[in-house]
Amino acid sequence: MDRHVIVEQAGITFDTNQGPFVALREVNLTVKKGEFVTLIGHSGCGKSTLLNLVAGLLHPTAGHIFVAGREVAGPGPDRAVVFQNHSLLPWLTCFDNVHLAVERVFRGVEPKARLKARTQAALALVHLEHAAHKYPNEVSGGMKQRVGIARALAMEPKVLLMDEPFGALDALTRAHLQDELIKIVAATGSTVVMVTHDVDEAVLLSDRVVMLTNGPAATVGEVLEVDLPRPRDRLALANDPRYMACRRAVLAFLYQKQMKQAA
Amino acid sequence: MNAALSRTLRPADAAPPRAVVRPLPYAAAKPPAPAAPAPTAAEPRVSAAAARRRRAEVALKILAPLLGIVAFIGVWALVAKGGSIPGPMTTFDAAKAVFADPFYRNGPNDQGIGWKVANSLGRVGIGFGLAALVGIPLGFLIGRFRFLAGMSEPIISLLRPVSPLAWLPIGLLVFKGAQPAAIWTIFISSIWPMVINTAVGVQRIPQDYMNVARVLALPEWKIFTKILFPAVLPYMLTGVRLSIGVAWLVIVAAEMLTGGVGLGFWVWDEWNNLKVENILIAIGVIGLIGLALEQSLLFLAGRFDYAKDRS
Repeated sequence: MDRHVIVEQAGITFDTNQGPFVALREVNLTVKKGEFVTLIGHSGCGKSTLLNLVAGLLHPTAGHIFVAGREVAGPGPDRAVVFQNHSLLPWLTCFDNVHLAVERVFRGVEPKARLKARTQAALALVHLEHAAHKYPNEVSGGMKQRVGIARALAMEPKVLLMDEPFGALDALTRAHLQDELIKIVAATGSTVVMVTHDVDEAVLLSDRVVMLTNGPAATVGEVLEVDLPRPRDRLALANDPRYMACRRAVLAFLYQKQMKQAA
Repeated sequence: MNAALSRTLRPADAAPPRAVVRPLPYAAAKPPAPAAPAPTAAEPRVSAAAARRRRAEVALKILAPLLGIVAFIGVWALVAKGGSIPGPMTTFDAAKAVFADPFYRNGPNDQGIGWKVANSLGRVGIGFGLAALVGIPLGFLIGRFRFLAGMSEPIISLLRPVSPLAWLPIGLLVFKGAQPAAIWTIFISSIWPMVINTAVGVQRIPQDYMNVARVLALPEWKIFTKILFPAVLPYMLTGVRLSIGVAWLVIVAAEMLTGGVGLGFWVWDEWNNLKVENILIAIGVIGLIGLALEQSLLFLAGRFDYAKDRS
């Protein structure tokens, strides 16, 4: 399973009022099983579009996408998505939000008690057992995002897709959730593709950072192998020369090679 | 009505914490009183300001509506002096007589006020209930399928602005009876807000929720029960509230034309009897019931408002 997620010459063109708009062109990317890959690029470069292609929420107009050996034809629970704005259903408790996903994937395969246990376990993974019976509007933004992560992980997806999951959170909460995500991924061995615009987040979390060129017609510009040992600790890394080198490489790509003209 | 009452009660309950908490920024905005002169002197000034503010609040919440009612009765009394309509006292005396025996029955067309209200509410209930049964599912379909929306749009746009009473003769012709014709009129005039609001609610479901449904690949039935219905419920309840308002407006006019036992016919009957004070009582009763219907639906809608979230 060396090539778990394969994006092959993928491109997408949107029909707009001003004629066709080429968002992505000839994107090639492979993700190994258990690998953590981040997509980084300036806003509007199409990194979320690429993620949505893998999720199946959008269809490529060129090329192919395979996950675990099958071509992506549409969205499905084997490619769970954590959305930027948590996307919890406000009329369901945190427990029920997660349970809805668990039910969808494991109902009929496992007894009901087991489904409940799975939901509990997913909430325990993100340390939210105590908030299980609260509604989303009764918990903080960081907790909502953790419920979103629990919902995605509870489905035991083949690949976990995260679309700027911490983008709407304050810096401290974001750091806290990043640390938690590191632990969760280490514990579950999940394959993760994550979109971010945060250089530190990308370097801290990933095995590889995939840098996209500016749109329109964006594509993969550079790929950086982040060769830092795990488990990673943000304080220890802050002065680590290898960490700084990675950081510098991404920054150089974003601010020298792909300078974004001020709009 | 209920909400207004509880609001007037609250300031008194919450008085102590308010008096302490509120004035602080106010006091801080001024140069802080020099420590030496009097830390004690600052306190009475602060609580005096708080008391003034509390008095203003009470005046706004209780006094203003009360004053409005008194002014209204005053104007009414003045106009009544002209002699064309009965004054407040005459009306009040007549009301005492009307409400003394609300459930008498002297034959089919002479029944107590209780029966009149019950009959009118019954007609509204049936007509509105049928409208909800048809209108809400129709709204869901129109909202979900754009082709259906395109099909129904010209019809709805054309029929919606028609005055409710224009439908009455059609009802008389088709159903051959005053009672079903009145119900039909309620039905056709109160269905539109429910259709339109439900459809708009379905169309405005945040894409996020639908993305969740797509990623989970939920079956259509689960999408309906877990996402569509709860997301549309607040819109639907707004439609229901508007519809009940329309139905209650229409019933009085419809009953004037169709006759029978009911508030609308009562108004017409008392006009023929020239008992104007009873017409005024009827207007009061109609207004109060309309208010009660509206408030109870607002209360219901408040319980299903998820919009508070979205952070």
